[in-house]
Amino acid sequence: MADHTSVAGPALAPADQRTTPMLEVTGLEVGLPAGAVVDRVSFTVPAGRTTGLIGESGSGKTMTAMAVVGLLPEAAVASGEVRWKSQDLLAATERRRRQVRGREIGVVFQDPSAALNPIQTVERQVGEILRRDGLPRAQVRARVLELLARVGLPEPERQAGSYPHELSGGMRQRVMIAIALAGRPELIIADEPTTALDVTTQARILALLADLREREGLAMILVSHDLRVMAHVADEVVVMYAGRVCEQGPARAVLDRPFHPYTRALAGNVPAVTSRTAIAEPLPGAPASPFDRPSGCPFHPRCPMARDRCAVEVPALREITEEEPGRLSACHFAKEVSP
Amino acid sequence: MMLSFLLRRLAVGLFTIWGVLTAVFLIVRLAPGDQATVALGPDAAPEQLAELRHTLGLDRPVLVQYLSFLGDAVRGDFGESYRYGRPAMDAVLERFPATVTLTLAATVIAIVVGIVLGVVAGHRPGSLVDRTTSAATLGLQALPPFWVGIMLILVLALWLRLLPSAGGGDLEHLILPAVTLAIPFTALVGRITRSGVAETMSEAFVRTARSKGLTEREVLTGHVLKNSLVPVVTVVGLQVGTLLGGAVVIETVFAWPGLGNLLVGAVGNRDYAVVQAATVLIALCVIVLNLAADLAYARLDPRIRLEARR
Repeated sequence: MADHTSVAGPALAPADQRTTPMLEVTGLEVGLPAGAVVDRVSFTVPAGRTTGLIGESGSGKTMTAMAVVGLLPEAAVASGEVRWKSQDLLAATERRRRQVRGREIGVVFQDPSAALNPIQTVERQVGEILRRDGLPRAQVRARVLELLARVGLPEPERQAGSYPHELSGGMRQRVMIAIALAGRPELIIADEPTTALDVTTQARILALLADLREREGLAMILVSHDLRVMAHVADEVVVMYAGRVCEQGPARAVLDRPFHPYTRALAGNVPAVTSRTAIAEPLPGAPASPFDRPSGCPFHPRCPMARDRCAVEVPALREITEEEPGRLSACHFAKEVSP
Repeated sequence: MMLSFLLRRLAVGLFTIWGVLTAVFLIVRLAPGDQATVALGPDAAPEQLAELRHTLGLDRPVLVQYLSFLGDAVRGDFGESYRYGRPAMDAVLERFPATVTLTLAATVIAIVVGIVLGVVAGHRPGSLVDRTTSAATLGLQALPPFWVGIMLILVLALWLRLLPSAGGGDLEHLILPAVTLAIPFTALVGRITRSGVAETMSEAFVRTARSKGLTEREVLTGHVLKNSLVPVVTVVGLQVGTLLGGAVVIETVFAWPGLGNLLVGAVGNRDYAVVQAATVLIALCVIVLNLAADLAYARLDPRIRLEARR
């Protein structure tokens, strides 16, 4: 796993990376009137791979993902670089960005009950991009049915005419995924795709996403607060806290042997597979607000390892060991986290 | 399902008509002075009055008058207009198309202009466009229509001589009364549309629409507008009825030869038959329009269709 050095930190230019990654985010910042909610985040998504963004609510993970496709709230301003196939989308025209949305990058949103238009049929919503691109009606229908079958919706012929309120939560999320796939994108951004669903349905939707990745070679940015979801699907993870990256690297290595106390705390809270509760217990203490970051390391007030230095000096995100060049941590005492 | 909903609404409609008939019957008879005194003048001899009352059936007990009135009304017979010397309903129906034309013209203006204003304002809530439009619609809604009508006549007809001030029949004569009637209604439709659009803009499915690479205009027309229209349809359904009533005043200001003109004259003359026929016809229109609005929601929002089935 350690030789996949696709997570390019600001301090790192991997020499063994032969092809440029499909998506390369460098020094991304997202500012709201109240302050920066995303602060210098960098990561890459190579073709066919999945990069996970993890963090509690308010960590800036969703803002980071939405900045990539230009779906930020109106008041938000993004800066830095979002290189999609070597073109910086933040500097591109609105017309080019619209072209990317849906056709090159598809989005699966968190709550399918809210993200689907309540007064349009499934067929209309899934087929919208195709119709807009001028595909004849009969072909649109055929393709919609194919997509619905692909995402595992039972009886596509019948469900195509349904409205969202006539479907269960899991079926709605399948429809949402079909919408994201309709424009044949190469990258899917999935924002908390299972959070609004019950446990059994979560597992099925995750299996569907993993299957799409395997069989169709889709690249994915997976946003979640749930480490089990990450462990399932992600190749690389970016752990975010208060708008900053605190640790990133290959998923398995990061989750097995964290180099940041925040990652360790998240991993330690993952319930056992046999446990009935799906949602991890929240960490003690409230997550730091990106608008009011504590001095030094933003995690220090909640950190069990915190020392005097942590409250004063902001830790840089850097490579920790030479054996694992793709792993970065922003902890002064990274080597002591997983002894 | 749909049929039982229709039947239920129809039953409610019939009940409402009965209520209107009763109210009309009572109000006309409770007003001081009856048809006979109006017809014969203040100096008529008591015998003459008694004789006319007998001919008109006004000397019968009120209950008997009421029942025979209901029976005739069911057959569409509201009696003879003593002033015009022919069936009251005929006189009313003759004037009705002019009023419908005026009301429809005002409704079309209000819907088109109101929805455009509402969408433009609601698209960016709190923006300068939004605040300007909101202030303007509030102001227009507060202006009394008869005053607006007189001002329009003064400026456009008398000073600028662009349009005729009074009369009816052609498009030229229709413009001023229709615009006058439409102004407060436009403002209302605009305000309702604005709040609906502003609310819909914050819905998650609008972001989904953007994620499909649609232009802002496609997002507005394809996903925001129809989802914001249910309250607009409700208001239009209810207000078109009120508009028919408002047309009565406006018709008088512009001498538009419609039902309103006829009705105002009939009230002054205590021409019961005409007042009753006109009132019942207007009530019938309001009931039908409300039913149409209910059916329209079900077409707009499939979740409402489901509720009607339960």
